[in-house]
Amino acid sequence: MEIKTAMAGTLESGDIFIQIAPNDNAGLHIDLESTVAYQFGDQIKKVITETLQGLGIDQAEVKATDKGALDCTIRARVTAAAVRATGKDVWAD
Amino acid sequence: MQRLRRTMMFVPGNNPGMMADAHIYGPDSIMLDLEDSVTMAEKDAARLLVHNALKTIDYGNTEMVVRINPLNTPYGKKDVEAVVKAGVHVIRMPKTETAEEVVELEKEIIKVETELGCVGRTQIMAAIESTLGALNAYAIATASKRMMGIALGAEDYCANLKAQRTTGDSPFFGMELQMARQCIVTAARAAGIDALDTVFSNLNDMDTFRREVEMIKAMGFDGKSIINPRQIEVVNEIFAPKEKEIEKAKTILAAIKEAEKRGSGVIAVNGNVVIRAQRTIDLAIASGIMTKEDLA
Amino acid sequence: MNSIKDRAAMIAEAAKKMNKAVYNDAAVKKDPTPRFELQRKCNKVVTLEEAIKKSGLKDGMTISFHHHFRGGDKVINMVVAKLAEMGFKNLTLASSSLIDVHEPLIEHIKNGVITQLHTSGLRGALATEVSHGLMEKPVVFRSHGSRGYAIKSGELHIDVAFLGASSCDPLGNAAGFSTSENAKSICGSLGYALPDAKYADKTVILTDDLVDYPNQHNAISEADVDYVVVVDSVGDSSKISSGAIRDTKNPRDILLAKQAAKVVMNSGYFENGFSLQTGSGGASLAVTKYLRQGMLDKGIKASFALGGITSHMVKLHQEGLIGRLIDVQSFDKVAAESLMNDPLHKGVSANEYAAMLEPGAATHFLDVVILSALEVDVNFNVNVLVGSDGIIRGAIGGHPDTAADSALSVIVCPLLRGRIPCVVDEVTTLITPGSNVDVVVTEYGIAVNPNRPEIKERLEAAGLKIVDIHDLAAKARSIIGDPAPLPFGDKVVGVVLNRDGSVQDVIKNIVG
Repeated sequence: MEIKTAMAGTLESGDIFIQIAPNDNAGLHIDLESTVAYQFGDQIKKVITETLQGLGIDQAEVKATDKGALDCTIRARVTAAAVRATGKDVWAD
Repeated sequence: MQRLRRTMMFVPGNNPGMMADAHIYGPDSIMLDLEDSVTMAEKDAARLLVHNALKTIDYGNTEMVVRINPLNTPYGKKDVEAVVKAGVHVIRMPKTETAEEVVELEKEIIKVETELGCVGRTQIMAAIESTLGALNAYAIATASKRMMGIALGAEDYCANLKAQRTTGDSPFFGMELQMARQCIVTAARAAGIDALDTVFSNLNDMDTFRREVEMIKAMGFDGKSIINPRQIEVVNEIFAPKEKEIEKAKTILAAIKEAEKRGSGVIAVNGNVVIRAQRTIDLAIASGIMTKEDLA
Repeated sequence: MNSIKDRAAMIAEAAKKMNKAVYNDAAVKKDPTPRFELQRKCNKVVTLEEAIKKSGLKDGMTISFHHHFRGGDKVINMVVAKLAEMGFKNLTLASSSLIDVHEPLIEHIKNGVITQLHTSGLRGALATEVSHGLMEKPVVFRSHGSRGYAIKSGELHIDVAFLGASSCDPLGNAAGFSTSENAKSICGSLGYALPDAKYADKTVILTDDLVDYPNQHNAISEADVDYVVVVDSVGDSSKISSGAIRDTKNPRDILLAKQAAKVVMNSGYFENGFSLQTGSGGASLAVTKYLRQGMLDKGIKASFALGGITSHMVKLHQEGLIGRLIDVQSFDKVAAESLMNDPLHKGVSANEYAAMLEPGAATHFLDVVILSALEVDVNFNVNVLVGSDGIIRGAIGGHPDTAADSALSVIVCPLLRGRIPCVVDEVTTLITPGSNVDVVVTEYGIAVNPNRPEIKERLEAAGLKIVDIHDLAAKARSIIGDPAPLPFGDKVVGVVLNRDGSVQDVIKNIVG
């Protein structure tokens, strides 16, 4: 899917800041910085990947700065960034 | 037990940290806000955040309300879709002026509910924030069977009234809202739904807050919109029934039980008194003054 | 015929028998200097370098410090920099605690100046580096009571103590405040420094206000002081209450504090004459505020408050709600000033505060203590030292001492800090054993140790909802998911001693 650079979220505690950009190489590349990287790094990457794939995005450069966000917040922020990157909303117009 | 709505706590819809644990403070209802507390550029992100939070976070017995953007903005209809799909209990419509607006919102809700196969699940409350809205309060309150309450939004109302908000030190404190409050509480009672008062935003003036809560309780309101957990305890304390009220309520309910037992069709008290007695008991239980066992 | 001359032979004989010299009056010459000038010329007053040289400090020895200035401490970095400059190596540094501001120690450790640490806590970059295996020898962690006693018993021998003081006279009478007009700093109690001053082979006082003899009322006596060094500043008093000590506006902390106050008030120990301590951390400090109302409502007065004394405690004392303040560490400037001005606000040493084997230690007579935690587990064990990421980020403090000795210990901690769970199946590091922990207050419910069924009964009778601690741990997991196991290595970077001196736990290095 055609994407442009977009971002969503904040750097506040309990939130995650997501930047999505086009990726020249195949696949999703996720660069994660997290205050809970040891315990939840893999889980966060999994949620990001599943959310993007669910929206039909399987090639993108993702930079995520996590401040201890819950999975539901990560899904929301990734979806918001993806919607902004593709211009295709998840809700009916 | 009738749902109590002593406190409806406002939580900004784009703040995941606050949304994650707002229920631990024990408000009766939480209102996640997509309207005034969210900038235009973040409407899409907040909507997704609220949608995912409602779907995932276990808010226990707290009633979950979402304040959507007006339907005549580019955001309103998407808000409805997102929150109904997430199973919100109540949609709060801001700046309601006419019954037709409620009907229009209901249509949008039905559209989504039909798709989900859960028609009738979502309730509506309307915030009255203008003079026209205040004068139409009864029509608004009865515009749909889904209506569970009406609330006052004082800032916009006052601007519309061309009046200034009074503060606690004014001899006319609260005068500018007197009419709107009475319209709302009277309309709500006539329609058989709840009446909620506006927010009090000066957190440093707890004395005036207390006075205002005492006043709106005396006026007949069911509860107050609040902006900070610190306000919950004060409201609950003021809404807790006094011992005398509880005793009276118990006597009334016991008399009815007795009458029912005897199969006597005639009850010597009228329906409103019974409803009020039941509410007194509900409040007493919620305030921790008595337990359900005490009723037996 | 009985003049002293006649007795000369007998004096000489008596001296011989007693193996003593005969007094020689000719050798005595009176110093005519006015005494006010004389005290100022006391030869204890030297430069830092001279003090170090004269102290006899050698490579491989142990030096010690206190941390009463907390984030504002300047003494440790100053002294260790001087020792490095003078070429010392292989020193053991025993401080009552180490915090963020002591980051420069990393370089001194890398350069071999410092090769071992004894402390109550570690924070900041130094803690992170240590967790990653910076040091060959593991850091030895002790509680405050345990450290004091280890110094007294000789288990932790101090060769030279370098102790900052806000005032000191040339003879070495030192205090954590100054009543002179040149006062530059104030830290209040010097409780953690007192065992060092008393039992170290040599004691050096560093002060930024050299006052005239006699400096009253002093915490450290001239009898224990060998050298006095005047420096520009021993610490920034404005930073005492930074870090772990802050007044909270956080609604969750307020909720926790109110619940904890309810626990105390209904525990059975809230009676006239009870005694009280609160630990660091926003919520546990805030409990005092809410207890105050309960004390006023019920007409209850406390006999004493103990520990890190805060401005909240001082306020209750001044209102007559707390009879005496026993202060091992002043947690803010208000407390430090109260210690200076109020005779009923007493400074005590770490041993008088909390040593297990000190019969008169105040903790033995403590009814209620409110403490915070990084983690509590389903067996009520508490960790206040190592973060849930395996990185050292806290301090033992008086946690295990007060929990063990008090009649009622209440732990106040949120269920979650962001995505970090605070109620877990097993603590990352065992600091305070669950056998000493009675009640755990979280925003999702209150848990009572099954050892204390009577407390549970009393709290339930008061209408508080008591939950099983296993349910709290499960609730945390349901919100945040299951954390992955931490990447621990095989190296021991820290050893945690119990207050009885036994080894209670070890901290492994974290990899990556």
